[in-house]
Amino acid sequence: MDLTALLAVGQTALELGLICSLTVLALFLSYSMLNVCDLSTDGCFTLGAAVGAVVAAAGHPLLSIPAAMIAGMCSGFVTALLQTKLGIDSLLAGIIVNTGLYSVNVAVMSGSSLVNLNKKDTVFTLTKGLLAETPLAGQQNTVVAAAAVLLTVGFLTLFLNTRLGLAIRATGNNPDMVRSSSINPVFTTIVGLCVANAFTGLSGCLMAQSQKQAEINIGSGMVTIALASLLIGGTLMGRGGIFTRAVGMVLGAFIFRLVYAVALQMDMPAFMLKLVSSVIVALAIALPYLKQQWPTIYRRLSYRQAAARKGGG
Amino acid sequence: MLNISNIFKTFNPGTVNEKRAISGLSLRLAPGDFVTIIGSNGAGKSTLFNAICGDFLTDAGSILLNGQDITFMPAFQRARRIGRLFQDPMRGSAPGMTIEENLALAAGSGGWLSHVSQGDKKRFRDRLALLDMGLEDRMKQPVGLLSGGQRQALTLLMSTMNPPSLLLLDEHTAALDPGTAEKVLKLTRDIVAEHKITTMMVTHNMQQALELGSRTLMMDSGSIVLDISGKEREGLSVQDLLEKFKAGAGKNLDNDRILLS
Repeated sequence: MDLTALLAVGQTALELGLICSLTVLALFLSYSMLNVCDLSTDGCFTLGAAVGAVVAAAGHPLLSIPAAMIAGMCSGFVTALLQTKLGIDSLLAGIIVNTGLYSVNVAVMSGSSLVNLNKKDTVFTLTKGLLAETPLAGQQNTVVAAAAVLLTVGFLTLFLNTRLGLAIRATGNNPDMVRSSSINPVFTTIVGLCVANAFTGLSGCLMAQSQKQAEINIGSGMVTIALASLLIGGTLMGRGGIFTRAVGMVLGAFIFRLVYAVALQMDMPAFMLKLVSSVIVALAIALPYLKQQWPTIYRRLSYRQAAARKGGG
Repeated sequence: MLNISNIFKTFNPGTVNEKRAISGLSLRLAPGDFVTIIGSNGAGKSTLFNAICGDFLTDAGSILLNGQDITFMPAFQRARRIGRLFQDPMRGSAPGMTIEENLALAAGSGGWLSHVSQGDKKRFRDRLALLDMGLEDRMKQPVGLLSGGQRQALTLLMSTMNPPSLLLLDEHTAALDPGTAEKVLKLTRDIVAEHKITTMMVTHNMQQALELGSRTLMMDSGSIVLDISGKEREGLSVQDLLEKFKAGAGKNLDNDRILLS
């Protein structure tokens, strides 16, 4: 692999990593802070992509961003409502919303499973014009994605340290405490999931516009990929303040994409991505548990060995 | 200030596990009362606290706090006026958040989108210094690193940050070692006296029940069988109390954790 190819690989990983890190930051809020594993992420990502693409195709690329975020927020609101007001388990609520979103997404794309953005203006083509004649010419995808990530990290750092943000974190950290305090856990869960899903929607919107198309499967497996990135980021920078941890999330997303891009260069077929992310998530969650169980396993093994020796002798 | 009239609560009604936890309980507290509560196993002491806090709705009867009917008020709204400490020191604070963040949540000053101000931080420091546990220099550390006693002291501080109308203590020193328990109890006494908070405290220490506060209740089978205060309570010994319980409940006090001295 020569240097230009390597740079190209890094460039793609950076761009995709930045766009996906918005979903990782969304899960950082819902999974790490609120302790809700939001399985509607796949559908919500696609919803953001579909809404963003349709609005951009209609000639409003700038409007596509708030539109996708509001759509994501609505999806998060429904998920939150199901689990707080209707007594549906949080995992199940996510799955139900995810399934329902498939129909919604096809409906948004007027019954088709693909919206093409070729020759249409997107936020990226708009930026391309702005960046011409500057040192960053041609880097519009990375620049837009980086700007979105910076704003999101900044927002989360401020938001999670407000009184509302603290209440959201407490809801995930000690439900017992929240139940006996003056925080209404219904309110904090709803706000948390709405905000998180707004970023998932934004992530989907940018992904569709950078690929110049939104298709119905664009978000499939996104929750696992994002969780893998989140766990990598958490291992790297899991301690410290919100800002440090949020930066860790972005780093995790980038590393995940980098590893994947390198694997692709080594002739790993593209369809392996999802298996790789599944294995990473399973390992990352299982390892701490196995580490904790190891003394028991070790004791049992040595006990058996000793018994076998005694029996043999 | 607290007026409970004739409340009932039955768990799992109509099943083999049906349990009448509170039956026809009435209680009236005056402002500034410090009530200690003792009772046999399953007498309904914690259930009474749960009913007051709104963890469940009672089947019948009404609860008034400061003249306001809170019978159907959701728990989180009641929590603005009722502070509560549990036996388990882990229940009252968020382990993954720093001491400062926990206190900021408890203080709850300012709007939803406000940050912790320098003034707040100084106030937290001053309050923490009162605990005399060195916590004022560890404000940026996660609460999960504190010992049980430190966490219970912090929880006490958190629930009295904005002095509540009513403070409920459910054996809040029972899980601590004797030295720490003593310290937390002294803090409780000081804080309650400082803000003149009306307090109810469940204890299994009979001596403590008589020494602390101004009034003692004894519970059995979901109702109050003995309510003593004033002259009657002065100079009462643990033995007298046990006899009074027997007279009131018609049986011996049966609690496997009770401390007689």
